[in-house]
Amino acid sequence: MKMDNQTYDEMRKKASPPSPVVRDCLWAFFVGGAICCAGEGLGTLYRALGFTLTDAGTLTSATLVALSGLFTALGWYQKLAAKAGAGTLVPITGFANAVVSPAIEFRSEGLVPGVGAKMFIIAGPVIVYGMLASVAWGVLYHVLRPWIGG
Amino acid sequence: MNFVWAFVVGGLICVVGQLLMDYTGMTPARILVAYVVAGVVLSALGWYDPLAEFAGAGATVPLLGFGHLLAQGVVDAVEQQGLLGALTGGFTAAAGGVTASLTVGFLLSLVAKSRDQN
Repeated sequence: MKMDNQTYDEMRKKASPPSPVVRDCLWAFFVGGAICCAGEGLGTLYRALGFTLTDAGTLTSATLVALSGLFTALGWYQKLAAKAGAGTLVPITGFANAVVSPAIEFRSEGLVPGVGAKMFIIAGPVIVYGMLASVAWGVLYHVLRPWIGG
Repeated sequence: MNFVWAFVVGGLICVVGQLLMDYTGMTPARILVAYVVAGVVLSALGWYDPLAEFAGAGATVPLLGFGHLLAQGVVDAVEQQGLLGALTGGFTAAAGGVTASLTVGFLLSLVAKSRDQN
């Protein structure tokens, strides 16, 4: 069979699996969407039990964090994360995983330098910059309040 | 429909993170920091609240929602306490999620065995 470069290129494109980026994005979409759906379900449940919207939100976060911690301790979350990438990282369960995983891993280095310090490897920067942004917005909001009518 | 939009919006927010990881090589820590700060900014601009109304957990479960929570907390606190609220609002709103993570992390570190993280 004779073929030029162009025909070969077309055949190669047809035969090869979707690019890694497309595959990564599909995994991220479905796993991330599923985690958010779990959050929606928990939120609906807590609302039905009579909690206010704010409390139901906090309880939903706490439940997702606890489940993520459990799955991290069992080693399941890491296995899923290897495929799902940002789908397991970006939801709050990813934040919980980033706290729990080093806490377990560095337990052997002691409770203070190991567990206590290493929990903040990723959570620390997130909290620091999140808080800085919130302080900046708080000051700005205080200044703008007379004009935007808060 | 609530579940459909939670799924679609939450999934798309994760896809954006995945594209950042694949094309810019940002580390997970940088992605999380960027998402929280972006959440504060989007909330301050008044754009995130409509999304949270529309997509529910699809907008609040991703870390952007954590930023939104911080921004809302600081607005409430400034309205009640004035400038002092800028210092207290963020942590007050974030208290539940952060404290839950730290508590779960500590307790599990006592009982769980370290294993290959991959």
